[in-house]
Amino acid sequence: MEGLSPGWETFDHVADIGVRGFGRSLDEAFSNGAKALFSIIVENLDLVRAKEEKRIEASSFDLVGLFVAWLNELLAISDLESMVFSRFEPRVSQRDLVVSSKVFGEPWDKKRHGVGIEVKGATFSEARVEKINGLWVAQCIVDV
Amino acid sequence: MDTSKVKKVKSCIWKIPQKGDMRVPGFIFADKDLLLDMDDKVIEQVSNVACLSGIVKGAMAMPDAHWGYGFPIGGVAAFDPDEGGIISVGGVGYDISCGVRCHRLGLKKDKIFPYLEELIDELFRSIPAGVGSTGKIKLSKGKLDDVLRYGAVWAVDKGYGLRDELRFIEDGGMVPEAMPELVSDMAKERQKKQIGTLGSGNHYLEIQYVEEVFNKDAARAFGIDVDDVVISIHCGSRALGHQIGMDYIQVLGKASKKYNIPIRERELVCAPIRSQEGMDYFRAMNCGINCALANRQVLGHLVREVVHRIVPNATCDLIYDVSHNTCKVEKHRVNGKVKGLYVHRKGATRAFGPGRDEVPKEYRDVGQPLFIGGTMGTCSYILCGTKEGEELSWSSACHGAGRAMSRRAALKRWKGKGVIKSLRSKGIILKAASLRGAAEEAPEAYKDIHKVVNVTHNSGIARKVALLRPLAVIKG
Repeated sequence: MEGLSPGWETFDHVADIGVRGFGRSLDEAFSNGAKALFSIIVENLDLVRAKEEKRIEASSFDLVGLFVAWLNELLAISDLESMVFSRFEPRVSQRDLVVSSKVFGEPWDKKRHGVGIEVKGATFSEARVEKINGLWVAQCIVDV
Repeated sequence: MDTSKVKKVKSCIWKIPQKGDMRVPGFIFADKDLLLDMDDKVIEQVSNVACLSGIVKGAMAMPDAHWGYGFPIGGVAAFDPDEGGIISVGGVGYDISCGVRCHRLGLKKDKIFPYLEELIDELFRSIPAGVGSTGKIKLSKGKLDDVLRYGAVWAVDKGYGLRDELRFIEDGGMVPEAMPELVSDMAKERQKKQIGTLGSGNHYLEIQYVEEVFNKDAARAFGIDVDDVVISIHCGSRALGHQIGMDYIQVLGKASKKYNIPIRERELVCAPIRSQEGMDYFRAMNCGINCALANRQVLGHLVREVVHRIVPNATCDLIYDVSHNTCKVEKHRVNGKVKGLYVHRKGATRAFGPGRDEVPKEYRDVGQPLFIGGTMGTCSYILCGTKEGEELSWSSACHGAGRAMSRRAALKRWKGKGVIKSLRSKGIILKAASLRGAAEEAPEAYKDIHKVVNVTHNSGIARKVALLRPLAVIKG
């Protein structure tokens, strides 16, 4: 975890890849975690325009489960609608263990966005949501 | 790996002694070299699995084991429902029933060479591969339920493949106790367009030839000899399997808390087999297995159509179809008594030995065939199951070479175009749906398949039958 500031990164796992989002709030960490996820799926996330809006909800039995459920819901919608997303506005309720979100993206244009790696799902492996030095960190390994 | 934590039991078998909360010991099938190369996480994960309720005899890691999710990849464990046994998503993985099927073309390689370029081009055109690819078969929800209930039997009913092929698929092409009503609408929606697609990542289709035969009797039974050409297909249950995994980690996560199941890692979330949640997962997972079997059956049919169109006098008979991410109820002998155990194999292949009823009669004297995918630049192997394997590993063996390097590290080191060129120089044609995928799957990013297979052979859990060299490869 280099340089603790809001943002995102991916990290190594033998056969798979980890995604990690940092944020001043849980919302921001969840949002950045989602960016890390889509950075694997397309080759160039910067080229994904926030043209269409989707509403996505996820729920779970605890906060870590919620982060994983959130990523999995994004993956499912992305696959179903053949869309990729680049802007995420999640509202995380710690009390109800629910994420309600607006997410923005566009139909996946493989030529323009590039094709990365198919992500089968977010897993509980290395899954953590915690506050480190005042910054929220949300992470897990995704199965590719 | 820190080898001081394991004790050598015999050649190629190491024991992690039972301690603390472990209910059984752990066993790692490896030689000294493979053991040294394995990460310490494998010992940790095997030890964690050994703590789970109702586990029988031992938690096991196959020679290609590496760090996985809860279970190591290459992990095998059997649970007794009568002893509080559990069922776990981590013991199966997200790509439910991912596996390999292999068809023989009935021709020697020199007869294929004139058609090779055209054959691989046409296969690349006909078989949807890569992220987000969709198949030609579009199904309504009701029809998809039939796929989930009847697996490859559904495919044959619809004209994809031959009735007699079903005997050469594990479980005759369909597992019972599959209940589509336990699979979410999201899973079904996502699958509608994905039947008959290869997928991406490490999934592939390879035209290969038999370079060497190690076991003549088994090779004869499997209908292959030196220089014979075969086509192998590696893929799984596609989006449906992934979604079942995603849905049920949440269900079993809740269940682990509800039933107070002590688990050392969150990834080991599980439920008692004899609980609503446990049975629901089992019956949903069985839908994932049937979906994978149907998918490979459709792909096998598409391959056969192309082969018959392009290569004169070629057959395309199925040798066998194996799965390597499953939980299956199997009869095994425990302390002299035959019991129905829930055998989890995560990145491990079922390897029934000679004499088992489940093995088709043509192979029953030599044992079930196993296909061990190597890398696109090296080779793959055909193995057969053994009697000893029943005792040693619940009739399970390795499933592939296993990665030696992360995808990210591979990306830093190789470029897709370079990988294609380097394979060309070895006489191997690569068609890749994604250049990034080709780089990530560079042959050098994997462990030495020969070592993995030799250890499998020497430990007795399966025996070498033949070595396959790639001629042309499609990477998803």
